[in-house]
Amino acid sequence: MNTINRGKQIWLHVPMLALAAACVLPFLLLVISSVSDEGSILRQGYTFFPDRLGSEAYRYLWNHSDQLVRAYGVTVFITIFGTTASLLMTAMLAYPMSRQGVPWRGGVAFFVFFTLLFNGGLTPTYLIYVQYFDIKNTILALIVPGLLMNGFNVLLMRTFFMTTIPPALIEAAQIDGAGEFKIFWRIIMPLSLPIVATVGLIQTIIYWNDWFNGMIYVTDSRLFSIQNILNRMLTDIQFLSESKFSAQLGEAGANLPSTTVKMAIAVVGVLPIIAMYPFFQKYLIKGIAIGAVKG
Amino acid sequence: MEQTYPLRRKNGLRKYGVLLLMMVPGLAYLLINNYMPMFGLIIAFKDYNFAKGLLGSDWVGLRNFEYLFKTQDAYIITRNTILYNFAFILLNTVFAVGIAIALNEIRSRFLSRFYQSVLLLPHLISMVIVSYLAYSLLSMETGFINKTVLPLLGIEEISWYSESRYWPFILTIISLWKGAGFLCVIYLAAIVGIDPEYYEAATLDGATKWQQIRSITLPLLSPIIIMMTLLAIGKIFYSDFGLFYQVPLGSGALNDTTQVIDTYVYRALMNLGDIGMSSAAGLYQSIVGFVLVLLSNYAVRKFNKDSALF
Repeated sequence: MNTINRGKQIWLHVPMLALAAACVLPFLLLVISSVSDEGSILRQGYTFFPDRLGSEAYRYLWNHSDQLVRAYGVTVFITIFGTTASLLMTAMLAYPMSRQGVPWRGGVAFFVFFTLLFNGGLTPTYLIYVQYFDIKNTILALIVPGLLMNGFNVLLMRTFFMTTIPPALIEAAQIDGAGEFKIFWRIIMPLSLPIVATVGLIQTIIYWNDWFNGMIYVTDSRLFSIQNILNRMLTDIQFLSESKFSAQLGEAGANLPSTTVKMAIAVVGVLPIIAMYPFFQKYLIKGIAIGAVKG
Repeated sequence: MEQTYPLRRKNGLRKYGVLLLMMVPGLAYLLINNYMPMFGLIIAFKDYNFAKGLLGSDWVGLRNFEYLFKTQDAYIITRNTILYNFAFILLNTVFAVGIAIALNEIRSRFLSRFYQSVLLLPHLISMVIVSYLAYSLLSMETGFINKTVLPLLGIEEISWYSESRYWPFILTIISLWKGAGFLCVIYLAAIVGIDPEYYEAATLDGATKWQQIRSITLPLLSPIIIMMTLLAIGKIFYSDFGLFYQVPLGSGALNDTTQVIDTYVYRALMNLGDIGMSSAAGLYQSIVGFVLVLLSNYAVRKFNKDSALF
């Protein structure tokens, strides 16, 4: 391909390296701060070159690990369960919408599409889920409101089904005597792995990162996801030591290495995403490009 | 469903029964999650009472709106929301297009992909983590900026979390940091899709790289830039709640420059328990947002029929 010649390439790499550094360095500062000695952070501030390293922060988290392990469990559960349910619901709605001749097809398409244009916003959503569905302090509060399915993904999948599945294939399966659900499950889904993977990846990231539902619907710390713990500890660093799951009640408080613990807990929260990123970044980039073309 | 051949074509319900049933969970969810709250917007015209519920509460006409628009709040949150969004749209677009063009010029495919992946990384991080990163830089006593950067420049420590005048810049930088990589992926995909023959012809005619970018890349990229921008303008009444609430640590001292419609609705609902005010601001956002989406789609349609949402 025709690109800028070799000697001048350096002028592309310099700004790109600077931008890449701007994206990565904050994470590096986070990690280094988390393994720094509490005393040197108090003297030097969060820094890339602390005088002394130390592991108090992680030792503290280890001593209060019950709540953290539990929160990880909550996060993993809602991510797996939520993503699976979301994929099933999205595909099961999108597939009939893609089929010719299904009654009320136009009406359904409008019903789905309109949700992208207009919404009730936070207040009525909150009141309805709390008052009519009594969702406060249930695990469903972390899965259902706002996250489970969205019209955009439905339209994305429908477009994929319409453009890649030949109608003749469905007819052939019908002639062979396959029922509609069997066709969907055994033929359509396996053929649609690219879009299933894209929507699945988007949903996984959404569930893993969500803190908003936990913040408004959950007050019971047993149901906190890892993001909710992070959220609480940002303003209330004592949270772990005060929590009723902590065995060493009263022990902490005074000798809590709070500046480094803050960073250590953020590392614990962000590590899985960063560790997995090299493996899924290729699919994510493809997925973004698909999504932008048109749902 | 039992399949009997030949199919009874007249009886659509029977023939498509299974397909119709498959749609039920998804449609039921949209009904609960999206349509019931739309209907629930009527509480903006009511004096909400938890015991009486959504339907039973008394109607009060436009009283909630009178309260909302009588204060300075309505003006401040509208101004902040719109100005931030304009700044975000402008800067994100300029950076994303610039980076995408530069990445396309990089000869090493490996490095070009590597940069792209690294720039996309911030997009994947939750706003809670972003607030930790911001805190490690901005904290008054232990922040990297106060302890390392400012002393190098000989500037006094700054109490970032209580001085509202710095936040327009902080929030804009964070939005850029988090969002430009995402847009860049979209623009780079569009640039890669441009027919190389244009560039070959231009090179034969002796066009410089800069001329090629100006006369080929940018004009061919402009439909997608305009489309993405119009879509963003349709959402200009909405903002990222996490950015405006979490990153300033929910600090009320910064309200002047960090309060947007979303955070206002949240604070009125969760902190003040003022459901009237919250729902009035929410309805205001929903209606204006809806009109803006319709207008921006109308503009996209005028511009390029295929790119319009509807």
